[in-house]
Amino acid sequence: MNILNFFIASVLSACPLLFGTLGETLTERSGNLNLGVEGMMFMGGIAGLAGSYYYETLSENPVVWVSVVIAIVCSFLCAAFGALIYSVLTITFRANQNVTGLALTIFGTGFGNFFGELLSNSAGGYAAVGNATKVAFNAPISATLASSSVVGKLLFSYNFLVYIALALALFLTYFINHTRTGLNLWAVGERHAAADAAGINVTRYKYLATCIGGGITGLGGMYIVMNSASGVGGVWVHNCISGYGWLSVALVIFAMWHPSRAIFASFVFGALSVARFYFPVSFLPDAIYEVVPYIATIVVLISVSMRSRRRLQPPASLGLAYFREER
Amino acid sequence: MNPEIAIEMRDITKTFGNVVANNKVCLDVYRGEILALLGENGSGKTTLMNMLSGIYYPDSGQIFIDGKEVTIRSPKDAIELGIGMVHQHFKLVDNLTAAENIILGLKGKGRLNRKKVAEEVLEISRKYGFDINPNKKIYDMSVSEKQTVEIIKVLYRGANILILDEPTAVLTVQETEKLFDILRAMKKDGKAIIIITHKLNEVLALSDRVTVLRKGETVGTVLTRDATVMSLTEMMVGRAVSLNIERPEPVNPQPRLIVNKISCVNKDGVKVLDNVSFIAYSGEILGIAGISGSGQKELLESIAGLVPLSPGSSITYYPEGPDKPVELVGKRPLEIRKLGVALSFVPEDRLGMGLVGSMDLADNMMLRSYAEDRFFTNRKGPRHLAEEVVRQLHVVTPSVSTPVSRLSGGNVQKVLVGREISLAPKVLMTAYAVRGLDINTSYTIYGLLNEQKKNGVAVIYVGEDLDVLLQLCDRILVLCSGRVNGILDARTATREEIGLRMTGAKGGEHHE
Amino acid sequence: MSNTRHDVHEPLVRIAKRGEMAAWKMWIIRIAAIFLALLTGAVIILLLGHNPVAVYIDMVTGSLATKTSRVASMKIFIPLLGAAIAIAPAFRMRFWNIGAEGQILAGAIAATYFALFQYRNLARPVLLIVMFLAAAVAGGVWALIPAAFKARFDTNETLFTLMLNYVAVGIVKYLRMGPWRSPTSAGFPKIDMFDQSARLPLLFGVNIGWVLVLVLAVLMYVYIRYTKQGYELTVVGESVNTAKYAGMSVGRIIVRTAFLSGAIAGIVGFLIVSGSAYTLSDTTSGGYGFTAITVAWLAKLNPIVMIIITAFLAILTKGANTIQTNFKIPASASSVLIGLILFFMLGCEFFINFRLIFRKGKKHEVARL
Repeated sequence: MNILNFFIASVLSACPLLFGTLGETLTERSGNLNLGVEGMMFMGGIAGLAGSYYYETLSENPVVWVSVVIAIVCSFLCAAFGALIYSVLTITFRANQNVTGLALTIFGTGFGNFFGELLSNSAGGYAAVGNATKVAFNAPISATLASSSVVGKLLFSYNFLVYIALALALFLTYFINHTRTGLNLWAVGERHAAADAAGINVTRYKYLATCIGGGITGLGGMYIVMNSASGVGGVWVHNCISGYGWLSVALVIFAMWHPSRAIFASFVFGALSVARFYFPVSFLPDAIYEVVPYIATIVVLISVSMRSRRRLQPPASLGLAYFREER
Repeated sequence: MNPEIAIEMRDITKTFGNVVANNKVCLDVYRGEILALLGENGSGKTTLMNMLSGIYYPDSGQIFIDGKEVTIRSPKDAIELGIGMVHQHFKLVDNLTAAENIILGLKGKGRLNRKKVAEEVLEISRKYGFDINPNKKIYDMSVSEKQTVEIIKVLYRGANILILDEPTAVLTVQETEKLFDILRAMKKDGKAIIIITHKLNEVLALSDRVTVLRKGETVGTVLTRDATVMSLTEMMVGRAVSLNIERPEPVNPQPRLIVNKISCVNKDGVKVLDNVSFIAYSGEILGIAGISGSGQKELLESIAGLVPLSPGSSITYYPEGPDKPVELVGKRPLEIRKLGVALSFVPEDRLGMGLVGSMDLADNMMLRSYAEDRFFTNRKGPRHLAEEVVRQLHVVTPSVSTPVSRLSGGNVQKVLVGREISLAPKVLMTAYAVRGLDINTSYTIYGLLNEQKKNGVAVIYVGEDLDVLLQLCDRILVLCSGRVNGILDARTATREEIGLRMTGAKGGEHHE
Repeated sequence: MSNTRHDVHEPLVRIAKRGEMAAWKMWIIRIAAIFLALLTGAVIILLLGHNPVAVYIDMVTGSLATKTSRVASMKIFIPLLGAAIAIAPAFRMRFWNIGAEGQILAGAIAATYFALFQYRNLARPVLLIVMFLAAAVAGGVWALIPAAFKARFDTNETLFTLMLNYVAVGIVKYLRMGPWRSPTSAGFPKIDMFDQSARLPLLFGVNIGWVLVLVLAVLMYVYIRYTKQGYELTVVGESVNTAKYAGMSVGRIIVRTAFLSGAIAGIVGFLIVSGSAYTLSDTTSGGYGFTAITVAWLAKLNPIVMIIITAFLAILTKGANTIQTNFKIPASASSVLIGLILFFMLGCEFFINFRLIFRKGKKHEVARL
């Protein structure tokens, strides 16, 4: 039973990483290396919480599903707005992608904490979404099926966002491998000039991929804020994203820019981050056990760099700006 | 037959910063015609064509397609107008297959049907006599295969105006013939074809008319049948020039560098040099010919001590006078220099390897002198050297404090060659030393190399233009897939023979 | 196929590369960008229902008006400038060291070890020098690990250095809760305060760290501009191929420069624990490593310009604390403002490198037959 609970906890804690990894994969496929995932998660997190909270405070009879939808939409849009700032600076203004991404992280972290505290202050110190909404973000998708059998528990114990994340991973896999638009996006990330010469609107592809990708990472931030597995649930906690965005950036490399592999990659890291609750190791202090995912990331980075096969390479134009009239 | 006018470009002007690349250029092309766009490097040919293909946007002027004025704002606009361009540096995505590259950016609904696309590609191939595997990845292809993909890509999009930028630069003599046959077939098909080139014999062999550009301006348009090599050269350069390169006889050649059975494996595990042996003599220019990517780069870099070689490889340097020979394999570049081996190297990638684009001339001179400094750098010497190079080689630059990336291609090369010659080398290696340079600068470079040769330097000249190789060098080593496929006497060898050896269609035995 | 095309016009705006721009024009554009960033911040303040002018004035007075506030501002200035100097050589080599936070902590841990356990055995000057050196080595080693992998396998250093931040925090937490836990701390586990002998002396009311960082700024400027090693790391940053061509051992240069970068960050850790915090905690690095990236970039990696930028950001950060008390505006406002300034500064480079060409008012003649 312990193993089963461990599995479920792993999935629950992998979900925000999956959102982050998928969003960043989409972004990087267009050749944009956005190091601002951490910031966008903060933006998505606070916007989701604020949207939901204000709806519930202002509305006479708040409806749970409306509150949930508002949270999703707000977090997506706010994070996408962060990505838009990044896009304008790197795509149109050709600023350095590394520094712009770092700036977005600084800005987004400040943005999240700033409005998070403001929200708490305005509510007299503690702003939380209603209990029903909290349940909606945490309850298994089907309580009856989840309690029916081991298989049922294994398949149906998760909140609806987990299924959305999985569906998104499958959809993105199909999109990149089997559609013309996906092929075009691939070409954009591989070689801007070639895609442009083939008649692809490079700028539009980069903007869309980056903003939609950013929005998706924002959902990961909202998940962290709303889900009690990774926090209090439904209330702002200072610095709550605590590196999940950065882990996602690393997981993109681990998943080798493939959305389908992102599922596995984020599951492994979800498992690593909850392992200490299920498999305590006597000689390993908690403080050290906590950093295992980060050490694992380092191990992954090293092992990926030691192999240099062609199929495992990042999009060739990753990190580069494109100016058509370059001579 | 009443010829239909396909393209008309009128008074096209395009500037980049302070540089006027095209100044009121005019050009027209008829259907069923091959027009050669002739001009020196830097005369604005590619810029002009890039405005037809939507890469650049003109500052002023008009473009008419089939008699209608059009605005071409992007490559997409150009494609919709039926214009297709095969760029000199292919615009293909390495990680995708031929078929995927061909359909890139085209509209289509729903799921991508790769099988169907492959069939369509094969159909076009059959029609024009191409030989292509649609499912092959670009990175596995030879240069001529890549070019074929580019041409099919243009045809697949239904282009009836074709622009080819220096299409033969990377092809062998035989591949060039095949390409010309295909272009003639397309011409019969009623397509309008523009071929950018600076090779006069190709102009005369293929085109119907010739438009000549010089320094960004139209010099004129003539019928090919009225033109001669001399008349075209005069139009192109602006004065009568002798196209002969000086070739002094080697004086007292001594073995300077003996390369013995060197092999090298690259990162992907491919053998890029395979048992290469030759001797470079003092006072002689040894040419190296080969299809691009046949191991030229690795050969020079291994002599410079930049790439590790397989066991058993040996490169021995024989100094002048009584000093002992020095083995170079297994030593780092600075160790080689410390042993008194005066080796200079003008690499192919000027701004990415030979120089630092963002640094000024003086700091670039320092690349070769900084190693002698202790803790602080000596900037006076390099600065003085930079001023010297500028003066002697007539480098056009605002000052020696200007970043080299702001200089024109020819001046960049002068800075690089000037620095390397200033080291008083005994062995001078150059890779594609005149690529992209205008005729005047090219001849300056040939002159500098000959001067080194007369001083007793062993010069190794990797080139792509067979005519230049045949006129400048004393001997020509032909590389084919990393192997030596013959070392020929440049005074008696022919283009055809070198071409056949480059592809491996002839040779296989070593002769010295 | 093209009968619908005659109405296509020239694009409204086109972008073209610019030639070189006069230096004074560049600085005007950059200063205008900072101004616009502050203006955007003002709009946000306005939307929160405060008077932006009053808030900005409060930020300045709150950080400079009294001696206490000036000392507090200096306590931000010292580590921030130090961290920015640390980042400079790494960034100039295009080694994206965003792990200054971890390197600061590594240095702080090493310094703290001597402060806690060796203060009885060493005379004060010796103790401080030992702490300084230990911090430098620890910080250097913390940066050397990713650099060695970068040099050998080209491992992504951005994420590597960043992940080491979390590892360093984990180690501090472990020490705080385990071996170094103060026996006197009830409830929340803490590490003991340093003995007086392990604290930096004051000069003009501020710990002498400020002299040290100013000297470091000048030294770093000279190092980058006028030394062989500075030249080498610049070439490696511009083009690894050129560096190899010139005979440089790129791997050694990467490792050496990263060590230097980490060592300076480690010294910053020493300055924080020994100069202002007098103890070690999870938050010792205080985000300086990240803000320093902003400083370094805004100063175009020039250590002398960094002094000015750091002063500006120190005022901003201290001022943000003041307005939190006076206006109930959360102190995170400083991060938002810093982010905004960075955005505008990044964006303004575009107008330095490119120019916009607007469509001329000319009437297009339609299809000529």
